[in-house]
Amino acid sequence: MKEYEIVVGLEVHAELNTNSKIYCSCNNEFGLEVNTQCCPICMGMPGTLPTLNEKVVEKAVKMGHALNCSINRICKQDRKNYFYPDLPKAYQISQFDVPLCENGYVDVLVDGEEKRIGVTRIHIEEDAGKLLHSNNFDGSLVDFNRCGVPLIEIVSEPDIRSSSEAKAYLDAIRAILQYLDISDCKMQEGSIRCDVNVSIMEKGTNKFGTRVEMKNVNSFSAVVRAIEYEANRQIEVLNNGGEITQETRRWDDAQGKNILLRSKEDAHDYRYFPEPDLLTIVLEEDYVSELKSQITELPNKKIVRFVRDFGLSQIDAITIVDSIEKCKLFEDTVSENKCSPKSIANWILGDISKFMNDSKLQISETKLTSQKLAELIELIESGKISNAAGKKVFDILLNEDKSAMEIVKEKGLMQISDENELEKIVNEVMSNNEKSITDYKNGKTNALGFLTGQCMKATKGQGNPAKLKELILKYIDEH
Amino acid sequence: MELFRYTATEISDMLKNKECSSVEVTKSVLDRIDEVEDKVGSFVTVTKELALEKAREVDEKIAKGESLSNLAGIPIAIKDNICTKGVKTTCSSKMLENFVPPYNATVIEKLNNCDYVPVGKLNMDEFAMGSSTETSYFKKTKNPHNLDCVPGGSSGGSASSVSAGETMLSLGSDTGGSIRLPASYCGVVGLKPTYSSVSRYGLIAFASSLDQIGPIGRSVSDVAMLYSAICGRDNLDATSAIREYPDFRANLNTDIKGKVIGLPKEYFGKGVSDNVKEAVLNLSKELEKQGAILKEISLPSTDYALNAYYIISSAEASSNLARFDGVKYGYRASDYNGLVDMYEKTRSEGFGDEVKRRILLGTFVLSSGYYDAYYKKAKLLQQKISAEFNDAFDACDVILTPTAPDVAFKIGENTNDPLKMYASDICTTTVNIAGLPALSIPCGYDNNLPIGAQLIGRKFGEQTLLNTAFAYESLVGGFNKIPDIK
Repeated sequence: MKEYEIVVGLEVHAELNTNSKIYCSCNNEFGLEVNTQCCPICMGMPGTLPTLNEKVVEKAVKMGHALNCSINRICKQDRKNYFYPDLPKAYQISQFDVPLCENGYVDVLVDGEEKRIGVTRIHIEEDAGKLLHSNNFDGSLVDFNRCGVPLIEIVSEPDIRSSSEAKAYLDAIRAILQYLDISDCKMQEGSIRCDVNVSIMEKGTNKFGTRVEMKNVNSFSAVVRAIEYEANRQIEVLNNGGEITQETRRWDDAQGKNILLRSKEDAHDYRYFPEPDLLTIVLEEDYVSELKSQITELPNKKIVRFVRDFGLSQIDAITIVDSIEKCKLFEDTVSENKCSPKSIANWILGDISKFMNDSKLQISETKLTSQKLAELIELIESGKISNAAGKKVFDILLNEDKSAMEIVKEKGLMQISDENELEKIVNEVMSNNEKSITDYKNGKTNALGFLTGQCMKATKGQGNPAKLKELILKYIDEH
Repeated sequence: MELFRYTATEISDMLKNKECSSVEVTKSVLDRIDEVEDKVGSFVTVTKELALEKAREVDEKIAKGESLSNLAGIPIAIKDNICTKGVKTTCSSKMLENFVPPYNATVIEKLNNCDYVPVGKLNMDEFAMGSSTETSYFKKTKNPHNLDCVPGGSSGGSASSVSAGETMLSLGSDTGGSIRLPASYCGVVGLKPTYSSVSRYGLIAFASSLDQIGPIGRSVSDVAMLYSAICGRDNLDATSAIREYPDFRANLNTDIKGKVIGLPKEYFGKGVSDNVKEAVLNLSKELEKQGAILKEISLPSTDYALNAYYIISSAEASSNLARFDGVKYGYRASDYNGLVDMYEKTRSEGFGDEVKRRILLGTFVLSSGYYDAYYKKAKLLQQKISAEFNDAFDACDVILTPTAPDVAFKIGENTNDPLKMYASDICTTTVNIAGLPALSIPCGYDNNLPIGAQLIGRKFGEQTLLNTAFAYESLVGGFNKIPDIK
């Protein structure tokens, strides 16, 4: 049996989060009442004309910079012609042979290793509407709200060799889109969608197999499943002496399989030609470089740095970076230089994440700041307060304009770690509990718990438990 | 004299001087429509009530002493591919027979701001595809000079209505000669402006890179006045030029001394009738007498222009007209089985033969495997033709040609021979290909049918064209001759 390697290329469509649509001034907002966010222009009424929203170009160029692309300072828009009821002009304005950005790459972390995946091109285009079906109505209905929502299509090179690489690539693309405020990337709203090209190649060779395109892959986890399914299907076809044909298949995630949509012979001829209603896009060099200068450290680079410099695990680093809010809190708290980055990560992934999930609030919507968090963790790390007290302080920090220290003092949460002070208390408690000491010595180990409890009680719960235990054992040893 | 017989500029001055009212003018025009429309058939829709209402409004404004535009109170009719809010805009097609746009074209907004009187919507070749107005779904418009002849096209109604006195002015659109050819056949003045000078927003597109809206009138100053009102940058049309325009009518003068007038030999060759040649050359001699300098020039790629034009315009049309699919507005076949069948039946039944011919041609030249051989080559030819014009304008100010190789032909004469029909555009398409302005003016008659001369200018050189035409018009004592409709 021959061994095969998977070869994957991805086409990601991301809706841009501009205020208005790409070719008219309609709102670009999801989830509003059907056919209320459209006008004669985005509905393609006769005689109307498109005018390009410059913000779309700006965001696409930023993405191009982030993915190390060269920017085509002179480029055009083209018409892609096909009939479908959700496409009111019967053509989509897109870019054909001269995209805004091309020849880039992105570095992603896969199993602890950095991998470079090529980006063929990024182009701008308009989204289509949506077909709706109702049981009360025989036929289909069209919602034009999505018509003219700006999209960028990011096309990767066939550099991806496994489903986990595909996932890492998609995570990186999504994180960058969010960091640069280009797209909200809300999967459930369809604001980021994916077409998957899969072929297989005999191991040890570099001859690509025939590729199959899969449409309608609506989540990143579905991409993983779709790739694995399709690769296995192709291997099976070859192992049974069959041949892979170039075709488009539709992924059905519920059933976990894909079905033939159209073969190469039935492929559309989109009859692309330059859009005569729009001028050539000409970008000044200064404009392009200004956009480049606005790009700060990207999330994929952050992940690598957090693992390398702070000793975080890859999964922890990815989880923190995945949320802009958490990542900012992490980096701001680290830069306070008061406590260890690992403790900060633990807090963010533990109590803070839990709070955000439960309350549906962002940290920025609470009174917690990076200074307060750093102080809190410092108090715990230095043993000044207990973990349990720390959690109490945290709850208060979220709601009040006080520092961690102020709350500790106010609530008397300071832990007693002073050995002399604790020894005095231990001596007193122990001398009143001779029986328990004897019990312990006779093998009743749970007597130690009782004694610790008594001592803790005597410190009003502020004794450092580790130290207390140490001093109790020392007392028993000596008596 | 009946008011409809005056030119728009004359009426404009008379309204200002309170020598007549807008209602009187409008009524005169509407009466004229009642009188001759049965014979000429210029209109798809006459908006009588709307016109009278607007005219009354203008008269009130005049009475109050408000300062008004030159066009205030002037009846103007609009080609039926220019969107008018609340008024049917059909493109003379079954496809849009009942289409009422919920928006105005930018030119209509501009005319509204000028307080124009909307007379109605004018017949045309279906979707502006044709040279005779015979492809209209509704009716065949007749040439007012000879009712057996076509008015030219595609803006046939725009030219015939002005010529017959059914309106003072009209708007047409010109993709390959559609203003100039009917202006020539009907003996009126028609301007195809520089591409990008008039907003195309609301003009139902035929070929986006070639279409321009332009004015038709019975005098050069009428056309200059209407052009001044409609030109200018529009943020709704990305291709509209960002620049300021003069008042073309105020700047009119007859001084053409020293202007070099180029006569391209390719436009006076085979296929152009002797009478047309003679009339245009006579015109050139008159201009020479006024101090212009005549110069024979050559535009060698002219022979290929028609091919390039039909490829580019059909390619764009095939895409522009794809939206008429029965889904959202316009005609939908009543009996169909599924989506694809609905598309096929709707488009088969909703479009006429000429439109289908262009859609098929355009779809073919854009198809993979043929794109490079046809569309791409046509675009290269377009560059070459533009470059030849640029070179020519290094040496001359205006280029003079016939507007059409011959006078108006008989109705039905060319309907079965599309190539012969296309040949009537041979002198006009180059101008659209190069994006230049051109003006057609009357310069004589052949067998009682008007002959038209075409003046082609540099980009944004409309004033020079208008002045040259004005010089000739003044010399011949005006173009404004409304024929007896028999």
